[in-house]
Amino acid sequence: MAKDAVRLPAPKPFIERPPQLSGLLAPGTFMKVVGAVLFIAAAVLPFITATPYIISILTSAFIYIVLAMGLNVVVGYAGLLDLGYIAFMAVGAYTSGILTTTFGLSMLETLPFVVIACIIAGVIIGGPTLRLRSDYLAIVTLGFGEIIRITANNLKITGGPSGVHGIPTWSFFGWSFSDGLNLFGIHFNSKVLFYYFVLFVGIGLAVVAVSRLGRGKMGRAWKSVRDDEDVSEAMGINGYTTKLMAYIIGAVWGGFAGTLMAGHLSAISPNSFLFLYSALVLMAVVLGGMGSTPGVIIGALFVSLAPEFLREFSEWRFLLFGVLLVVAMIFRPKGIWPANAVLPFLKKREIPQIPPTAAVSVVGVLDDGTEDDDGDAWVDADADAGADAGKEGKR
Amino acid sequence: MFQLIWNGLFVGSFYALVAIGYSMVYGIIKLLNFAHGDIYMLGAFLSFVVLGGMTGILGIGNLPILLLVLLIAMLLTGGLGVLIERVAYRPLRGSPRLSVLITAVGVSFTLEYAVRQIWGPNPKVFPIRLSGDPIEILGARITVPQIVLMAVAGLLMWILQRYIMHTREGRAMRAIALDQKASLLMGVNVNKVISRTFFIGSALAGAAGVMAAAYYGSIDFLMGFVIGLKAFTAAVIGGIGNLYGAMLGGLVLGLLESFGTNFFGGEWRDVFAFGFLILFLTFRPTGILGERVVERV
Repeated sequence: MAKDAVRLPAPKPFIERPPQLSGLLAPGTFMKVVGAVLFIAAAVLPFITATPYIISILTSAFIYIVLAMGLNVVVGYAGLLDLGYIAFMAVGAYTSGILTTTFGLSMLETLPFVVIACIIAGVIIGGPTLRLRSDYLAIVTLGFGEIIRITANNLKITGGPSGVHGIPTWSFFGWSFSDGLNLFGIHFNSKVLFYYFVLFVGIGLAVVAVSRLGRGKMGRAWKSVRDDEDVSEAMGINGYTTKLMAYIIGAVWGGFAGTLMAGHLSAISPNSFLFLYSALVLMAVVLGGMGSTPGVIIGALFVSLAPEFLREFSEWRFLLFGVLLVVAMIFRPKGIWPANAVLPFLKKREIPQIPPTAAVSVVGVLDDGTEDDDGDAWVDADADAGADAGKEGKR
Repeated sequence: MFQLIWNGLFVGSFYALVAIGYSMVYGIIKLLNFAHGDIYMLGAFLSFVVLGGMTGILGIGNLPILLLVLLIAMLLTGGLGVLIERVAYRPLRGSPRLSVLITAVGVSFTLEYAVRQIWGPNPKVFPIRLSGDPIEILGARITVPQIVLMAVAGLLMWILQRYIMHTREGRAMRAIALDQKASLLMGVNVNKVISRTFFIGSALAGAAGVMAAAYYGSIDFLMGFVIGLKAFTAAVIGGIGNLYGAMLGGLVLGLLESFGTNFFGGEWRDVFAFGFLILFLTFRPTGILGERVVERV
């Protein structure tokens, strides 16, 4: 008589929780609105001020965001410390630079080659080392970064120490950014066009794709491998392929940023790919918040724009960055805007104190007949024990 | 041919000296101390200062004075290693490995650019340049300072080996390397032992820095970066966490580089070393003397 069976109602919660925020103040919507506002602000900026200096440093900053989003996949999502990330940027920049200058391809046509080159580089470096634990990976990637830089410095095709010059800007089927564009009577010069290109295609693609990747099936696999590799393997996730996937995607992203950078600067040399810059990108990800899209954007903007604002301190900035890394790890190990950050106005929502449960007084009558006047003592003790257990677990 | 082997062994003994520090710290707290190479650089710079003061007073610099400076620099860098551990690594003991690694990168950066701010970005000329008349042995040119430096390196390693294998403190170190919690329960002062480990490792790196500075004659603030990488490579080749492995790995790497330079040319030397590291990890991740690590959950 299953039909007539009494359906037990779910127990009512002890306390009424405050209703979920909806509308503009809901965290998801709020972040999207903030993002959209900033995006639009960046889009109208060239109409307000279009000095070459501002456009140029902002373009660089945006390329840094693309780069940091790529590293975020590797470090933030998959938890693999990559200390030679700039090497993938170098691979991308050199591939597109050489193909455009000596083989006469357009920037767009070099993209497939950049992707292939980065995948190969990612497999070469990740393939053997991802079976090991993260420490080895960190230092091997460091060595890999040096290998790429020294190789670029010594080969003839990469132009040796002087690098590749005269890299053309992006062009599409015969039309190039350097032609400029007249739209509604406004003339856009090549720098502004490139700025828009980086903003819409680079950032738009990077931010949307990476944050969506992080929430998808692959992203959840990355995060579980990051949190505990053994347990996630037990749950049926192949740790090796998952990590390799993160590595390859990060590599392709770095290569794409490198291609953008080559088009932006029109010249690349081995000195653009020192370990220093790997550390700076890492800094952007760590300081902003590993695995958090808004955090990484903040971090990348900070790392790329701070030296411009602090011109007179620029000698000190690397020292400052080193100290900041240590301090951030000690006092704010998850970064400025961690992945599970709570929006400031949500912190005000107070959850009311839990009243002592009524059931306690019923069992609170002791055997010798005296009433237990401290009826909820065991609740406290239990809570303490729970807290202790939590601490144990963390340790 | 014998010249190549000799050069390899000579460079390898420096690598081994730095690699031991890597291996000791890794063996005990499973941390890759990225700042280790920079301690080597600091050793060179500190000895530069001390030596400057000493030659100012004594008016002459020679090998015995260099050995005295070596001792002073070892004490200073050792103290600095302890300080770094206290300030940067101890608060993070027990946090995820990634955080500690990033901290180590930060420390390395701080040291490098602090030195750059103090002494400037350009290479400095070391006041003592060791160059003696070469002796011909089996067709190889060997100088007296080379022999002395190698002897010092060998002596330091021998003392360390005695210390770790035959003293109470050394036993405590080995115990912590096996199981930190258990040794804490058995009454080992873990913090003290880890501090001591950092002291010894950093002092050895500092010694290597002084010797390399005296031998090559010029120092700059980035000299520790590549040597740190090389020393790590050496430690991995020998089996990280294993003391004899670090020594062996250093010598093997030195020989490899010496032969690699001969065959491929000097500009490819570092590429050769790191390429070898990647290849080596593919086939034998635990190194020559390392035993298989069993992951316990």
